[in-house]
Amino acid sequence: MTALVLLDHEEGRIRKSALSAVTAASQLGDVHVLVAGDVAVARAAAAIPGVAKVLHAADAQYAHELAEPLAALIVSLAGGYDQIVAAASAVGKNVLPRAAALLDVQPIPEVVSIVDAETFVRPIYAGNALATVRSSDAKKVLTVRGSAFDAAPAEGGSAPIETVVPATNPNVSEFVAVHLSDSERPELESARVVVSGGRGLQSEEKFHVLEPLADKLGAAIGASRAAVDSGFVPNEFQVGQTGKIVAPELYLAFGISGAIQHLAGMKDSRVIVAVNKDPEAPIFQVADYGIVGDLFEIVPALTEALN
Amino acid sequence: MSESVRESMEFDVVIVGGGPAGLAAAIRLRQLSPETSVCLIEKGSEIGAHIVSGAVIEPRALAELLPDWQDRGAPLNTPVTSEEMLYLTETRSLRVPMLDRLMPHMANHGNYIVSLGEVCRWLATQAEELGVEIYPGFAGAEVLIENNRVVGVATGDMGITKDGAEGPNYQPGMELRGRYTLFAEGCRGSLTKQVMEHYDLRKGVDPQTYGLGIKEVWEIPAENHRPGLVQHSFGWPLDDNTYGGAWLYHFGENLVSYGFVVGLDYPNTWLSPFDEMQRLKLHPAFRKHLEGGRRVSYGARALSEGGLQAIPRLTFPGGALIGDSAGFLNMPKIKGTHTAMKSGMLAADAVVEAMQTDRVEPGSYTQRVKDSWLWEELRTARNVRPAFAHFGMKGGAVYAALDAMLLRGRAPWTLHFKHQDNETLKAANLCEKPNYPKPDGTLTFDRLSSVFLSATNHEEDQPVHLRLRNPSLWKTVNWDVFRAPEARYCPAGVYEVVDEATAPALQINAQNCVHCKTCDIKDPTQNIDWTVPEGGGGPNYPAGM
Amino acid sequence: MKIVVPVKRVVDYNIKPRVKADGSGVETTGVKMSMNPFDEIAVEEAVRLKEKGVASEVVVVSIGVQQAQDTLRTAMAMGADRAILVLSEESPEPLAVAKVLKAINEKEQPGLFILGKQAIDDDMNATGQMLAGLLGWGQGTFAGKVEVADGRVKVSREIDGGTEDVSLALPAVVTADLRLNEPRYASLPNIMKARKKPTETLKAEDLGVDMTRRLTVVSVAEPQQRQAGVKVGSVGELVEKLRNEAKVI
Repeated sequence: MTALVLLDHEEGRIRKSALSAVTAASQLGDVHVLVAGDVAVARAAAAIPGVAKVLHAADAQYAHELAEPLAALIVSLAGGYDQIVAAASAVGKNVLPRAAALLDVQPIPEVVSIVDAETFVRPIYAGNALATVRSSDAKKVLTVRGSAFDAAPAEGGSAPIETVVPATNPNVSEFVAVHLSDSERPELESARVVVSGGRGLQSEEKFHVLEPLADKLGAAIGASRAAVDSGFVPNEFQVGQTGKIVAPELYLAFGISGAIQHLAGMKDSRVIVAVNKDPEAPIFQVADYGIVGDLFEIVPALTEALN
Repeated sequence: MSESVRESMEFDVVIVGGGPAGLAAAIRLRQLSPETSVCLIEKGSEIGAHIVSGAVIEPRALAELLPDWQDRGAPLNTPVTSEEMLYLTETRSLRVPMLDRLMPHMANHGNYIVSLGEVCRWLATQAEELGVEIYPGFAGAEVLIENNRVVGVATGDMGITKDGAEGPNYQPGMELRGRYTLFAEGCRGSLTKQVMEHYDLRKGVDPQTYGLGIKEVWEIPAENHRPGLVQHSFGWPLDDNTYGGAWLYHFGENLVSYGFVVGLDYPNTWLSPFDEMQRLKLHPAFRKHLEGGRRVSYGARALSEGGLQAIPRLTFPGGALIGDSAGFLNMPKIKGTHTAMKSGMLAADAVVEAMQTDRVEPGSYTQRVKDSWLWEELRTARNVRPAFAHFGMKGGAVYAALDAMLLRGRAPWTLHFKHQDNETLKAANLCEKPNYPKPDGTLTFDRLSSVFLSATNHEEDQPVHLRLRNPSLWKTVNWDVFRAPEARYCPAGVYEVVDEATAPALQINAQNCVHCKTCDIKDPTQNIDWTVPEGGGGPNYPAGM
Repeated sequence: MKIVVPVKRVVDYNIKPRVKADGSGVETTGVKMSMNPFDEIAVEEAVRLKEKGVASEVVVVSIGVQQAQDTLRTAMAMGADRAILVLSEESPEPLAVAKVLKAINEKEQPGLFILGKQAIDDDMNATGQMLAGLLGWGQGTFAGKVEVADGRVKVSREIDGGTEDVSLALPAVVTADLRLNEPRYASLPNIMKARKKPTETLKAEDLGVDMTRRLTVVSVAEPQQRQAGVKVGSVGELVEKLRNEAKVI
């Protein structure tokens, strides 16, 4: 069996989540990858160990990974593959369902675990449940969640690169512009690191103690509902069941007791650090690393230690 | 502020509240008079969303309202098959013998264990089929009174921001005008409170006394499930001065309803009904039912316990009070659904009569109640609950047994309630602190994880709906004298003392509120005013509650 | 221009979903159901386009059980003009939904479909893309801003790390992301008026669509509870562990 992986990239580099998609696909069989865009990316793809072949589509219509031409290209190539795979990135989520429809296949989005060639595990209800589903489609189309699979190594392979013929462009869409966020503070929901404060921050003024640390980590700032209710920060900072649901690589909780509403909003973070003066605080039940102590001493010390 | 812009709509009858009383009244109205336009509003996001009850219900009123209820698929699926009344000490339980003689009001033969929320959802579909217009998600916020006649209610404005300004999503409330308005808000209704005051409806009756019921639904392993089992208890963990007890019912698909009621006339300011409820689960008599299961929902609601002596005048120009808004719960029976429904049906009869004879007040409602089994039932039960207030738990139980066996409820005297529930608390330094165990996360839980299971939510950007009439009283009375009893009686963690050691202050987490109304009742100076938040807010109780 | 907005009835976003004890799915009986929040945003956007004079009519469609009528009523109370209810099983798959919507397109000939980017129950995030594929139209997914002018629609899309603007030929498909707008309340007078707006009821099979599921649910489970980690004694130790053990900084 052979899988075709759409390898999406940004500014000439293969996205890390796409490398995870390669790992997922390799659990299913041989892996071919499709690179639409720059030849440098195709060369990088050829170096990924485990990739048997790189399909390179260089035509200008693929430059911005627009869904309409890219889905058409995938469909034109799909005949030889048992699975079409991509990362559940903005590109993968945009392109693959369209391609699936054209192939008359029901896609399987956000796969976190592969049971066998027919059977996949995916979160539903915002991660509150995990569904194991079996597909009866002859061809499987799936996107995989990057955090669930290790990224394939970037070096060590030497796959052949084959240039593919462009498919007919449906010509219904045009790229206009891209605006990458230049704000120093990333968006709470998409930040890699979140620094969050609770009632333990004591006041609106003292809440600012988190900012130098967030700057250092390139982190977004979040807050518990208690901190929002106490007026330390506006509501849009709230992480939790009634606020924003976040799942960063690193979540640092300062002075947050860990009410279940809050936990519901951040429990899927990869690594959780908790600092609280109460050793019994429920947040420690979910934290990978905890420090019992005064956050007003620990936060500046941590900021300093990161220098 | 917005009166000039709000729209209005005319109906024959407007009903406030979609519980058993309001829905039964609505159904009865359309049965008797299919041309009558009936509009029912409900502050919960859907019918059933704010319903909490045990519940073992007596199908008597339902059978009168919809004789073919079984064919219509009413969700009364678990008949009571066995029942026990336990007197508990800390480690042991004694089964009360001859239950049907000593506590005949507790006999549940022919009754059903239900989720009252599901029953209400079903009643709502019956009402809609009959042409009742039901609008959940809209709270009655204002009583419309013109020329001393209630002419309807207005729903609350939506989209008012925290500081009281009109936000970007502002929608003015709407006037629902009715020739007659029925208040079916349940215990301690916020509009009922205004109507009672305006028409002085409580003049000459005993003060209402209340209880707080806290409930959990558990799903247990099938092999331990005994559908139809009813277990009640009294005694531990409450002391002799505190009225209350627990229930545990096996019903539905491997579900167990567990709950605890504490009389809100309790004196100990340190008492926490929530923690009493949690620790009772550790008693062998309860633990054995719940172990190996998982808790699936949580809720709380105050109930009226005063019975006959505390029932106010029932009608006023333009409307009537029905169900637990009037206090029709039968406490010794711990049932209020059949009485609520019956009162709604009788009020509907009276309203139809008043409409036909063009009377302003549906006055025949009162006589209809007095001529019905509802009154007879409350009359024979009338001395039981006050006996507990007079003689304590053990004395009250003995009185209740004598009342049942010898007097059969026909005592020539009537015991009265002397105090309002807010007057009974003792100062903190005069009370003993109970020693509550820490939640274990398996059988017992903390408040916040419990509130989470009520799925309560309120739009964040709205004014706090729990208002202190005089904010300075909190420090001098609630804190200095009673050490913030609201932090303990509130089952939802709404009231929190911050900076306890340095400068104690009250933090009101209004978003957590599950609309139980206990704070409106128990605050020592009645300084807390429970007003209705934006419609659709509050708990979202699932099936099972 | 006519706009069609498909809306889905889902477990209300305030309800914590409970996995059934037998692992066959998530409990939905007796649970509060509401309109999918992303669909509310889609309805709001369509109604705003009508209020601006860009659209002439907003038609809402729901595919599912009879009770989806309530969801359609809510949409009409928000300002949609009429509704189509396509009866089928509860929560059909995106592929089948996209095929039904394609059939609706033949009937209604809209200039724009606006959908929610995903439903909060199955989190598929696929129907809009699939519909666009089946119709051969352009797709503006994860829209944060929508402007219609000169026979085209310009969509500002939320992508990883920023936004991307695309211009699509009309007719097109747009899927709404969270920041597109803040939906209005369905006011009580409008809910009352919505009862009088027309709803057409169809059956999926009448539209010639095969609704057979391609994915069967083998089991549904609750995710594993997170385990408590370790307490560290100092900031230095924490930094060391984050660097070398967790490798997150």
